[in-house]
Order: sequence, then structure tokens, then C-alpha cells
Amino acid sequence: MGVFQQILQQMINGLSLGSIYALLALGYTMVYGIVKLINFAHGDILMIGAFIGYFVLTKIGVTPGTLIIAFLISMPLCALLGVSMEKICYKPLRNAPRINALITAIGLSFFLENGARVLPAIGPNPRVFPTLPPVTHHLLGVGLSRVQIIIFAVAVGLMLILNYIINFTKIGKAMRAVSYDKGASYLMGINVDRVISFTFALGSALAAAAGILFASAYPQVEPYMGIMPGLKAFIAAVLGGIGSIPGAMLGGFILGVAETLAKGFLSSQMADAIAFGLLIIILVVKPAGILGKSIDEKV
Amino acid sequence: MLKVEKLDVYYGNIRALKEVSFEVNEGEIVTLIGANGAGKTTTLHAISGLVPISAGTVEFCGTDLQTLSPHKIVQLGLGHVPEGRRIFANLTVMENLEMGAYMRKDHAQLKKDYEQIFTRFPRLKERAKQIAGTLSGGEQQMLAIARSLMSKPKLILMDEPSMGLAPLLVKEIFAIIEEIKAAGTTILLVEQNAHLALSIADRAYVLETGRVVLQGEAKELANSEEVRKAYLGG
Repeated sequence: MGVFQQILQQMINGLSLGSIYALLALGYTMVYGIVKLINFAHGDILMIGAFIGYFVLTKIGVTPGTLIIAFLISMPLCALLGVSMEKICYKPLRNAPRINALITAIGLSFFLENGARVLPAIGPNPRVFPTLPPVTHHLLGVGLSRVQIIIFAVAVGLMLILNYIINFTKIGKAMRAVSYDKGASYLMGINVDRVISFTFALGSALAAAAGILFASAYPQVEPYMGIMPGLKAFIAAVLGGIGSIPGAMLGGFILGVAETLAKGFLSSQMADAIAFGLLIIILVVKPAGILGKSIDEKV
Repeated sequence: MLKVEKLDVYYGNIRALKEVSFEVNEGEIVTLIGANGAGKTTTLHAISGLVPISAGTVEFCGTDLQTLSPHKIVQLGLGHVPEGRRIFANLTVMENLEMGAYMRKDHAQLKKDYEQIFTRFPRLKERAKQIAGTLSGGEQQMLAIARSLMSKPKLILMDEPSMGLAPLLVKEIFAIIEEIKAAGTTILLVEQNAHLALSIADRAYVLETGRVVLQGEAKELANSEEVRKAYLGG
């Protein structure tokens, strides 16, 4: 395998991993845009989404069709979970100092992880996630596995749908309005609480999809599986410019590619350190993130 | 139409409004004038439900507004053009208008209303697809007013519509306000430019450090010695 093929191969691996980060980063960035909260429990929704997929697929077996069913069950359930989290944990704190909600998010994250650990149906031990039999296509001397194609197709498809919702539907426009100026949105007659719920629902559904994709690529599920992807997706969101939706997508892809390139060419142990080092450099040069805008103080 | 009685609002321990009472009747332009910090904006925020009321009542068309959430108050037909315009600078002009019409479900009539708004504000029609943040100050103020009109309000609260605008534009905005009145919408206008406000208002209330200190016909107040000294520069 020549150097060119190797680079191409790592790029493909990186784009596939990056699209999972991007899906997850979208949830961070949308929630931050609307309620100015870093929802640290977001990674754990990925875990729960993956577990729901696990239960569905072990029950009915894995075929491309049942995989779709797994998505269709896991995404709405996680959307519901996200909405309840907001209603129960974050909404009462909306007028409290921001640090309170942040601490609550961290607490909620621990609650979900350890709650999953003690649930008999889940438990502390890793389980093998049911996957489709591996198929690899070869193109230009580069391997492209079926699961990578699925990941990329699902992620891009969901991002296109999200893009449509945000730019062209009434509720999507309201999301942008609320994220710009909540007070003025009230004065338009917008039910801001409903817009916030909808945002949590969207973000959580994307996290659920990311969970199934992540578990298909690294076929194992366990209660702490959401921590690392969650952290990286958060970083991807900051990298792209927190609050910016195209930024979250871009940040996810950049982080995924940087991580796999570092793994492939430099050192697999140092991959995370290198990826995060890159992040530090970008943030030193552009503190608001790649597509983030430094917000002018309103007078 | 709007009846505010003994309204008290606190910011923490600070009593921002002290037993403020006033009334707006259908078809009128009523103005609240007063210096910076007199409580004009706070009064409007309390009516719209953006700040909690500590004591007193606000009644709009027979409905007590105190327990309603702000979006419900808009649905009753109470529009609010906030201080500093607060347009959605990240949305297009058209999308801003759509947000103004957010709670409306009468799609057929809505289409006609967009047409009507664009006839009244031709500049907004030209710029319908433009990001609202790129508009000039005067255009932004027009957008803020147009956006509020999209909710078909019976009463519009207008907070400092002249703020930060060149004199010529201020004239234009005030002409629009008079047009809105002529079209049958009642207006409660808050202004620092007391002279201008009194020139188009029917009645006025003067606020000073959270209290109503004077009230009456706008013409009378414009000629009163006290008001002239304090707010009209002699």
C-alpha cells in the first residue's frame, strides 16, 4: 500500500468516525445555542441510544431492515429522554446562575452512567453489539467497509434533514430566533419552552443515532461508552464554534480525521493527545472556533 | 382596553415601579414620558410579562395578565416593539416577519397581510431575503414595527422607537405610528423625546423615579410649565 492509499484510507476512516462526532456535536451546539448550557449528559444519551439499539437488534436479529427499526425505536425514545431531562433537571434552574445547571448536567451524567450500571438489564460488563456481517469494498486499493458506508450515509442523511428543519420549517426558524434573543421571541408569541423542548428532542435523537452507529463501528456497549465520544464531540463543537450548526459538523469531521491520521501515521497512543493539541492551536488562533462569531455586547 | 392599577415591580430589593396606575382606551395613542430610569421600559416589560409583577394588576380587554406567560399575552392581541428594536439579526427580513406571525394559523389571510406590510414598507420588500442584521438603523426599526404588526395586535406597546435614529428617520417612524393609529390599532408609546411624543399622543403620563407624577391631555401637558421645564428644555 502506497503512501497515497494510506492517506486516503485514513481519511475514509476519519470521515466515518468524524461523522459520528459531528452528529453528537450538533446536540451540544444546539442546546448551547438555545439555553447557553453545555449538556454534559449528552454523551450518555449516546450510550442509552446504543443500548436501546442493542436490545432491539438482539431481540429481532440484524439485517439492514432491522437496523432501520433500531434507529426508529431508539431515536424517539432518546428524544423523549432528552425532553424529560430538560423539564426535570434544567428547566427549574433556568434563572439560576449558569454554573448550577452545568453542575446539574455533570451530576445527571453520573446518574445515567451509574444508573445503567446497576440496572440488571444493562449491568457493568461490556456486551457485544450485534452487527451485520462485515463486507469490504475495494476502490483504488483502499478498503471501504459496509459499516463505514452506513455510518456516513446515515450521518449525512440526518444532517441534511436537520439542515432542512432549521432553515425551512417554522419551528426551526423559531429555534434560530430564540437562540438569538429569547426575550424578543416571547414578544413574538413564540412558546419558548416548547422550542427548548424541541431542541433537546432533536439533539437527543441525533445522539441516539450516533450511539447505534458508534456501537456498529466498535461493536461493544457498556455504561461508560458515552464518555469519550461525548467529550470529543463537545470539543468538536467548540472547535467549530459553539452555537454554530455548520461549525459542529465541520468540527466533528476535522476531529475525526485528525484523530485517525494521528493514529495511522504518528502514534496510536498519542492520537488523542495530538488531536487535542490541534484543538488548542486552533483555539489559540481563533478563540471563538472556526465558524464561531465573537459576540458583540449589545448596547 | 388596558388598565394598569397600582403596579409595583421590584428588581431584587429595588422598587422600580411604585403604584403606577394608568389607562389606555381603544383608538388612542397614550404616551409615557420621563427621564432615563423613570421606569418606562419596566412598565412595558411588566405588561408583557417579561418581568414579574410584585403587586397591583394589569388588565387587557378584561383579562388579567398577571398569571399569563409572555407568549400567551401576545396571543391576546398585545404587541410589543421592544427598546433597541431587537430584531433577529441572524434571520432574513422575511423570516423576522414570519416570527411576528408565529402564532397565527389563518394562512390565507396571512398571505394578504404580508402583501399589505410590503406595500406599507416597500423598503422591506426590496430586502425581504436579506439578513436583517445588514439593514440600516431606520430599516431595522421599520422591521421591528412591521414584525409586531404581523401578529395583528389590538394594542401595540412601542418602546423608544426614535432611539438612535437620525431626525429625518424619526419623522418617518412617527408618521408610520400615526398611520397605524389611523388603521385602528391602539398605541402605548414610551419616549424620551417628550416633545415628539406629546405632538402625536392623545393623552400622556409623566413618570418620575417609578411613580406617575403628572397626567392629562397631551396638548395640555405640552404647554404645562412643569413639563416644559423638566422635559422639553424650557
